[in-house]
Amino acid sequence: MTNLTFGEKAGQAVVYLVLTLLALLCLFPFVYVIAVSFTPATEVMRRGIVIIPEKVTLAAYKEVFYHHGFGQAYQITLFRTLVGTALNMLFTVLAAYPLSKKYLPGRGVFLLAIVFTMMFSGGLIPTYLLIRSLHLLDTAWVLVIPTLISAFNVIIVKGFFEQLPGEIEESARVDGASELQALWKIVLPLSMPVLATISLFYAVGHWNSYFDAIVYINDTKLMPLQVVLRNILLNLQAQSADPAANTEYVSTAALQMAAVVVTTLPILVAYPFLQKHFTKGVLMGSIKG
Amino acid sequence: MDAKSAAGRTAGGLSIRLRTVLKHKTMYLMLLPAMVYFIVFKYIPMGGILIAFKNYNMVLGLWDSKWVGLTNFKDFVNGVYFWDIMGNTIILSLYKLAFGFSAPVLLALLLNEVQTQWFKRVVQTLTYLPHFLSWVIVYGLMVALLAPGDGLINMLLKENGFAPISFLTESAWARPMVVLSEIWKDIGWGAILYLAALAGIDPSQYEAARIDGASKLRLLWHVTLPGIRSVVVLMLVLKLSHILDAGFDQIFMLANTFNQDKIDIIDTWVYREGLQRLKVGLATAVGLFKAVIGFGLVIAANKVAKKFDGQIW
Repeated sequence: MTNLTFGEKAGQAVVYLVLTLLALLCLFPFVYVIAVSFTPATEVMRRGIVIIPEKVTLAAYKEVFYHHGFGQAYQITLFRTLVGTALNMLFTVLAAYPLSKKYLPGRGVFLLAIVFTMMFSGGLIPTYLLIRSLHLLDTAWVLVIPTLISAFNVIIVKGFFEQLPGEIEESARVDGASELQALWKIVLPLSMPVLATISLFYAVGHWNSYFDAIVYINDTKLMPLQVVLRNILLNLQAQSADPAANTEYVSTAALQMAAVVVTTLPILVAYPFLQKHFTKGVLMGSIKG
Repeated sequence: MDAKSAAGRTAGGLSIRLRTVLKHKTMYLMLLPAMVYFIVFKYIPMGGILIAFKNYNMVLGLWDSKWVGLTNFKDFVNGVYFWDIMGNTIILSLYKLAFGFSAPVLLALLLNEVQTQWFKRVVQTLTYLPHFLSWVIVYGLMVALLAPGDGLINMLLKENGFAPISFLTESAWARPMVVLSEIWKDIGWGAILYLAALAGIDPSQYEAARIDGASKLRLLWHVTLPGIRSVVVLMLVLKLSHILDAGFDQIFMLANTFNQDKIDIIDTWVYREGLQRLKVGLATAVGLFKAVIGFGLVIAANKVAKKFDGQIW
């Protein structure tokens, strides 16, 4: 690298500088939000902008859990993420396995029927009316059942199954194993990478979605985390413009940011896994299933 | 005689087919729940688009509501809001194409120039992270930084004697906020595909060009860019086919009564009109209008993409 011209060296410097700034821009909001959530209201009033608080308080976190229903909301979100993802995986695998068998009569029709739902949909209103007539409104199951199977994920898993070497499976079948046994004992253990990726797709989707709960749920006891956070952000925003609202020990900003931190934390904890498996998933999705 | 044997053959054919189906009955049983799911939750709502041609009445229900032909569609196209929401949807999509699409390509090209592996990994790790957050959380971060009262940037502005700016509630800021927040959230994520394409370029091409005395810029122009061109074109075609999807989850979070005039899109309008104002027929018609155009665009995009030696689905 010693034979670089001056212009090329300057170019390299610019590349590193731009990338460093971009990385900091992605990191900084988290650092700031965490700082605000731990800063006592009195310190904000005294010092103005606080990036590193002198004193740390958990008051905002206590407030979030005791007065804003976060405990309840956490349970709902955990339910939809854990139970929802388990059911997602069960039915996705059950659909993908037969569809990966080229010999299965009618396979093409089934595939077309599934792919078509990715390109055309009845839309919000007919779906809402369906959910209503199924009496799913205002139940926790409405967060799980209407998104039970993602067509996209079925196609990805099916594509992975097709690439597996068929010989082991065939010899197991010759030895008298049923299709279900072959799937369970041979195909699934070989498919761990794709199963990990897809279950994370589903889990993050469940953790992050908020609109279905807004449309289908009125009962505040059934609101997931994202909806409660949304209410805290929107309803308290008007107040936060008014300094008089900050006279209590917990500032509005601290309360909002504690809520943001609590909602983000599980994603941050899981991030090392997410990054690894999602990156694979992006590339899997780009190869035709 | 002939007819009889033909009938016999058909019956034989049927029983053979039945036998193959029975042979694979476990497979079909596995497929059954998925088929029930797709029929109930995807195809029945498709049947529900009949509502678009009716004056839907909640009490009467789908079958007994009155047929009104294309009235709902005419009302939509002639409505004062038509050009507003179509315009907002398409303008936002085009902004997102112009800036949101090129940003990840640029990031991938920059990362490709980095020789220090740990630095590359740190930048990737930090820029991929926002993709995993919900729009609610991203909005929370925006409140922390941009809120008029105690957002960081406005506190800085005020400390330095400037007037605070209502980034989140002023209509002039609405579109820039939508585009910037989208870039922030997905720039790293979008770069992954291009990085993979860049990694796939044959190093011998660079060697050959370098031996010919090509400068870095010429390498970029003659080797790197042609190497990712097909992926870029493919992604562009795919994005273009979704021009009527301006990003519902995001805009539903960012829009409010103050800035809505600039970022109210088809989807947010359908939600408000259909589920809040209960103009069910009209909202369904608009949803159908969008779905049909979207379907046509995806089919067209797939045709174009095939020419580029790849398929979208």
